[in-house]
Amino acid sequence: MLDAEFVRGRILDALPGSEVEVRDTTGTGDHFEARVVSPDFAGKPMVQQHQLVYAPLQQWLKSGELHALALKTYSPEQWKKLGPR
Amino acid sequence: MTPELKTRLEQETKSHKIVLFMKGNALFPQCGFSARALQILQPYGEVHTVDVLADPEVRQGIKDLTNWPTIPQIFINGQFVGGSDILMELAERGELADLVAGKSPA
Repeated sequence: MLDAEFVRGRILDALPGSEVEVRDTTGTGDHFEARVVSPDFAGKPMVQQHQLVYAPLQQWLKSGELHALALKTYSPEQWKKLGPR
Repeated sequence: MTPELKTRLEQETKSHKIVLFMKGNALFPQCGFSARALQILQPYGEVHTVDVLADPEVRQGIKDLTNWPTIPQIFINGQFVGGSDILMELAERGELADLVAGKSPA
């Protein structure tokens, strides 16, 4: 069983300087959703943005401890364009 | 993956503007995510579908090619776009039309 703070930490380690918000969607410690705004995403297609977030979590995705991670990823520019939500 | 399969898959991804590797076909999708992907794509043009259930080699091969673990997988203008979640998000953000038109990374 993982917790949101742990997942957030792994993402932040891999993408320093990003803004990361993680939520446990089912309360069971294996389904999460995350919003990541990172300067590393600039100019990258969404699929690559997602791969960058999955990379530091491979181990837990493979073991099944992390069953699902729903992602929303934005470069700071994309996030700004969306405006406050 | 054999070089033959790789070549075959790469040709398939470039064969049409919009290519969807899915479970089942356009008339009979065999999985909710595949059906959803198809539904999202159809307003943007003709969708060429490849049924991965018809060929286990293709089913595994496409995952290896893209390093992406799940089906469906979407290709637009020969480029791997992602799975159904990404597709939905792109549609919601209004970025899918640009992608089909060959503009900007999405």
